[in-house]
Amino acid sequence: MAATRSITWRGALTDAFVGGLVAAALALPMLGFRLVDSALALSVGFRLDWVLWAALVVFAGRLALNLLRMTGGLPDLRLGERLSARMGNTRHWASWAMIGFATVLPFLPFSDRSLVDKATMVLIYVMLGWGLNIVVGLAGLLDLGFVAFYAVGAYSYALLSTTFGWSFWVCLPLAGLFAAGFGVALGFPVLRLRGDYLAIVTLGFGEIIRVILQNWQDLTGGPAGISGIPRPTLFGLPFLARAPEGGQTFAEFFGLKFSGDHRVIFLYFVILMLALLTNLFTLRIRRLPVGRAWEALREDEIACRSLGLNPTTIKLSAFATGAMFAGFAGSFFATRQGFISPESFTFIESAVILAIVVLGGMGSQVGVVLAALLLVGLPEWFRELQQYRMLAFGGAMVLIMLWRPSGLLSSRSPTISLGGGK
Amino acid sequence: MEYFLQQLINGITLGAIYGLIAIGYTMVYGIIGMINFAHGEIYMLGAFISLIAYLITTTIGGGSVAIGLLVALAVTMVFTALWGWAVERIAYRPLRGAPKLAPLISAIGMSIVLQNFTQISQGARVKPLPPVIKGGVTLMQSEHFTVSLSYLQIAIVLLTVALMAAFTWVITRTPLGRAQRATEQDMKMAALLGVNVDRVVSTTFVIGAALAAVAGLMVTLYYGVIDFYIGFLAGIKAFTAAVLGGIGSLPGAMLGGLLIGLIEALWSGYFSIEYKDVAAFSILVLVLLFRPTGLLGRPEVEKI
Amino acid sequence: MTATRPPLLEVEHVTMRFGGLFAVNDLSFSAARKQITAVIGPNGAGKTTLFNCITGFYKPQVGRMALHHDDGPVLLERLDDHRIASRARVARTFQNIRLFARMSVLENLIVAQHQDLMKASAFSLAGLLGLARYHKAEKKALERARYWLDKVGLLDHADDEAGSLPYGSQRRLEIARAMCTDPVLLCLDEPAAGLNPRESHELNGLLTGIRDEHGIGLLLIEHDMSVVMGISDWVVVLDYGRKIAEDTPERVRRDPAVIRAYLGEEENEDLPPEVARDVEEDS
Repeated sequence: MAATRSITWRGALTDAFVGGLVAAALALPMLGFRLVDSALALSVGFRLDWVLWAALVVFAGRLALNLLRMTGGLPDLRLGERLSARMGNTRHWASWAMIGFATVLPFLPFSDRSLVDKATMVLIYVMLGWGLNIVVGLAGLLDLGFVAFYAVGAYSYALLSTTFGWSFWVCLPLAGLFAAGFGVALGFPVLRLRGDYLAIVTLGFGEIIRVILQNWQDLTGGPAGISGIPRPTLFGLPFLARAPEGGQTFAEFFGLKFSGDHRVIFLYFVILMLALLTNLFTLRIRRLPVGRAWEALREDEIACRSLGLNPTTIKLSAFATGAMFAGFAGSFFATRQGFISPESFTFIESAVILAIVVLGGMGSQVGVVLAALLLVGLPEWFRELQQYRMLAFGGAMVLIMLWRPSGLLSSRSPTISLGGGK
Repeated sequence: MEYFLQQLINGITLGAIYGLIAIGYTMVYGIIGMINFAHGEIYMLGAFISLIAYLITTTIGGGSVAIGLLVALAVTMVFTALWGWAVERIAYRPLRGAPKLAPLISAIGMSIVLQNFTQISQGARVKPLPPVIKGGVTLMQSEHFTVSLSYLQIAIVLLTVALMAAFTWVITRTPLGRAQRATEQDMKMAALLGVNVDRVVSTTFVIGAALAAVAGLMVTLYYGVIDFYIGFLAGIKAFTAAVLGGIGSLPGAMLGGLLIGLIEALWSGYFSIEYKDVAAFSILVLVLLFRPTGLLGRPEVEKI
Repeated sequence: MTATRPPLLEVEHVTMRFGGLFAVNDLSFSAARKQITAVIGPNGAGKTTLFNCITGFYKPQVGRMALHHDDGPVLLERLDDHRIASRARVARTFQNIRLFARMSVLENLIVAQHQDLMKASAFSLAGLLGLARYHKAEKKALERARYWLDKVGLLDHADDEAGSLPYGSQRRLEIARAMCTDPVLLCLDEPAAGLNPRESHELNGLLTGIRDEHGIGLLLIEHDMSVVMGISDWVVVLDYGRKIAEDTPERVRRDPAVIRAYLGEEENEDLPPEVARDVEEDS
């Protein structure tokens, strides 16, 4: 970048000064004045000192950046590349270490209920990321409405379990099937649209689902949502303090003292298992004809057609598969929360999941985990900061993209070799 | 009949506003092929800046509505355009030539940043403004229903038409417009022929933001309430309008905006207000199925 | 072979219009089995459009294109593009190489055998479960891929990213990939474009080898006259979307109509064919 350009002191100062001026101009209307609504009418308050601060911060920041460039350039921050290269050599080792760590996490000395809760949250996004990775990373279809399938899964479980009393383990595959069915139903008409058209239509679909959930009072409970969703059991053993008549609780069966932690830890393992299942599926299917066809489609649709591959069915299969995993994740989300409402399925969720996939490095499974930790995990620790959390979240999305436009980990290894392909 | 006419008027007013925002999407898409997801937020900033500017000028200027509005319009266009320029400079320009999804994610990030920045700096509560331009003309009257056209609606439509005419003139008749169209056709070639591509792209963002700023001012006056969240839905609708009209096509953006406005007004007038967004999106899908490049988009011949 | 057996590909009265422009106008010709048929003509003569019609990327407004298999004809104009490869077994390459750039060389060849592998893996379900049937099919696919890699001299680069290969290798890989679909007709859109003389010579060997050893028909658009004259058995000449000549290479190069098409309408009719060739090569 500009590192090669020779920068003089004068240039550095001028540049920083201009930056500061621009910052002041930007800040003047939005920070310099404040809308105050009193009982009578709207009025404007002043806080011009903020403008000065904004200008000073930007001036100092740009000056520091320019000086860094002057004195031998920015420190080489190619962390990701080094990580990619190293992961290439030790990928298996690293993945197993990660899985091992995830397995023992709830039993580590520093683990407490809130940590396991947060880890569960991260794992939901990891699973959603892995699901969307099939659609965006492998098949190259830009889906901005992935949350719709997540919602379908959550509402399927909630409705089936509260209406028919079916257990989580029966509803889980059904929810996945429903979501996949929605994927096919949406995908069939729109999948021949190209790139950005597909993006806006999927986005629209996500919004439509949310609007329907919000307004179809009789089925979905409207904005109030559905509460009292049954919790999962371990082969019929509930995680309760006292067993329902004629039954046994988990704690009783294993002769443990009842603790609320049991359920938290159990839920953690359920989502860990579901996520690993998603991962295993993806790793396997990448080595199968369908998976390779997805990637080929991402690379060049016209070439695919010239080789006899039917793009519509290939796209549909990717769309449906991704949707199915979102459906699984959705029903897990419903059973974990015990309560769902349309508010949990807004566009921002789709954006977060997409960001996880792209930041992770399209198509990279480990990258998704890293990105989910970064985007979902870290902000979870700063919940107290409320609004600043989302500000930092958006800022992080921009900065990471600027820093690594092709994602954190972007290396790819062939799925077959002449040695025999396994 | 009267009712229909009233909804038509409301729809056209709404459509004018969407059209102004849609131009920003369609121009940026035409020139650098990205969905500027933060454009809805630029419009939201425009609404806030216009409200602040109006309140300040009427306080200082002794309460003259006309002067207040004119000053607010000018100030809003300038400052919002600056925001549009800054967003491109910070979040998109470094990513030119990066993988296709990188600028999209950056744009979504920028949109989150601007939304939360506004929420923090101006507060989360809705900002109400009492009606500024009052009155109107009654077009038709029957026993049950009065069709009225407010002065504000007239002003919105007239201003939109004037802006679009001026804008079309800029694009088709000026050197700037020529450079803009050349860059849209082939950025590399334009650069080789001496077009300053960076400046053209910046100008595109500046113009788009200025038009969105006007839309922001109009909405502030029309609805009388704004909050930090209005950019999202308006952005999606305007983008839908751009796609409906054929993304990359300027008349398409105006037509698309008008159609989305009409669909929304008529649907909420005759069916249900809750499902008006569903109606707009469904029609988008239908149109795309039969005309995959939108109403006025150039049909693409696949180059093989 | 009996006298009544129809040629491999029969193109009859094909017309393709873009707006008012006739890119291909009432064109009829045929391509024989086990022969290399070259389609030549000045720039803009409609060669690539013709190819896109035959391979289904464009649908001609008028005309019939029949591909005669042993078990009867297939009408190409009625098939979707992807069905032309899978059902009619016509494979093609592209003027601007279209490889799966970020996939490995070997993967490119395996994707080309998608149909067989899908059937064997019962739409990947058997593969997901790791059944033996799928392993057998995969092994067969790998054998075929290995055969073609060897043919085009890319065996040592099987695991390389296709996009990272040098230009000439990419051209050969694209041909290998098309051959992996097991076609009866291979359509090559300017396979020698951008190759140096040595590579171009090797290409001639590869194409005649495909014709002689695999017994399939080749249809070839080419600007490089050394390729056209060196290997083709039959030459069809187009100009402004119409066929102006059709003959053996030796006779076509002496055809006054052909020379006129390449050199313009002036009184150049008695220019020697060598000059015509040079002019063509420069264009």
